[in-house]
Amino acid sequence: MRVFLIAILVTLASIATLPRAAGQGRGTPAGSAVTPKASAPIDLTGYWVALVSEDWRFRMVMPPKGDYTRVALTEQGRKIADAWDPAADEAAGNQCKAYGAAAIMRLPARFRITWQDENTLRVESDYGTQTRLFHFNSPPPTGERAWQGHSAAEWQKPSSLKVATTNMRSGYLRKNGVPYSENAVVTEYFDLAPIPGGGQALLVTTIVDDPLYLQGSYVVTSQFKKEADGSKWDPTPCSVK
Amino acid sequence: MGSNTVQREMSAPAAAKLAAVLLCLFACRNAAAQMEITGSWVPRSNEFLTGDGLPVDFTGIPLSEEGRIRALSYSESQLAMVERQCQGWPAFYVVQGPFGLKIWSETDPLKGNVISYTIGAWEDRAPLTIWMDGRPHPSQYAEHTRAGFTTGTWEGNTLVAYTTHMKAGFLRKTGAPSSDETTMTLRFYRHGDILILMVIIQDPIYLAEPWILSRSFQLSATPMSPIGPPCVTAYEGSVGETAPHYLPEKNPFVDEMTAKYGVPRDAAIGKPETLYPEYRKKMSAGIPAK
Repeated sequence: MRVFLIAILVTLASIATLPRAAGQGRGTPAGSAVTPKASAPIDLTGYWVALVSEDWRFRMVMPPKGDYTRVALTEQGRKIADAWDPAADEAAGNQCKAYGAAAIMRLPARFRITWQDENTLRVESDYGTQTRLFHFNSPPPTGERAWQGHSAAEWQKPSSLKVATTNMRSGYLRKNGVPYSENAVVTEYFDLAPIPGGGQALLVTTIVDDPLYLQGSYVVTSQFKKEADGSKWDPTPCSVK
Repeated sequence: MGSNTVQREMSAPAAAKLAAVLLCLFACRNAAAQMEITGSWVPRSNEFLTGDGLPVDFTGIPLSEEGRIRALSYSESQLAMVERQCQGWPAFYVVQGPFGLKIWSETDPLKGNVISYTIGAWEDRAPLTIWMDGRPHPSQYAEHTRAGFTTGTWEGNTLVAYTTHMKAGFLRKTGAPSSDETTMTLRFYRHGDILILMVIIQDPIYLAEPWILSRSFQLSATPMSPIGPPCVTAYEGSVGETAPHYLPEKNPFVDEMTAKYGVPRDAAIGKPETLYPEYRKKMSAGIPAK
């Protein structure tokens, strides 16, 4: 009886210590450190298309100048939005100002997600041809500011990716010049969901904190659908229109 | 012999305790993976989920042909009819509506497990109970209600709720319809003090494909009411003998989104292809909006 009980306990203990994450330890040689790629609890790679089921008129057509509905801007932020001049942006070579890290996941675009290496997830957009690099185990950002800034990534067990982005150039939350400053901090969460009847959805939660131009956090959640291949991938350059 | 008996008597409870600990180590892993979703959550209102308020704004809704015809026949003067003033919304209004969420749970007093979660009512939204005890959905012939019937399970730390048996209603307040065959899959994601609800609405009658929406809520230390103000009807004058409506091709507001915001008619009336990025090309190619 006692031997039987011990056998049950040992079995339960073994089950209890099994790794939960689907990708945990996947493809990792024995004795080597587990990399972020190998320990990925979810697989975000592939082609994803934005579903413009919300905020259609702010995302698919150019909103009117001064229309910052639903974005709580500071006085300074309103001044910037009211002074928006797309011709001046174009002349200054700032066509990509609405394609920065704080706004890009809200654009009507396709995204290609791949592993650049064991520690870096690469996210490319066809609309605006931007590239974001999500660095795992990364040191603080140094160097020049960029539209996509510096993104530090970490897995959140059991099934989410958290990305914190800083060191951006100032940009627009919407194409009609609703601003965020270069000191803005973007926090994002990437979650997956099966679509009933077939397919997979990606949910990206974007939180923008910018005390200069925003009153409180700006939070939007965007949906994407996985595509089988890149046949609809259509790179187009940034445009102020 | 006496000492051996004592040893056996003492070791049995000890082994039982050890077994209980290990059983919990196994069984409680699932509970530990769950998230606390109860409390008061105020909506983050940085995105438009209810449309712009114009009579014909079905942007972002993948309506079927039937859905579009029905939506364009709708007149908001129907709300002057006493019997329609308090008809309320189907369950997916928890995501679309402007109100916050008060969520609480009922637990089994002996086992401690959650039997159900309830999202409190608000004005034109019925309370939504999510049954977590494994009970089946009722027969297809059972009564349909505003809130419908909802069951839930945990997938890791994500609560997934599935709703059937809703009454026919509206996908958007300006008349985009939902049938009584509509189902809803609601996923709850929590990141710190932010709760995100992602809803996948399926309607074989009025939607051409699943409609996916999401909304975020912020944890609030201020308790919200679990009930809303009552809906009180009022006589607003006679609307005639039939429900106010527009005949096909006669909706006078069909081009208002185009005139006001430059939104093509195909997008304003909810054609499914307008939800995808490639529709931008169609617009920029100068194809006239109809």
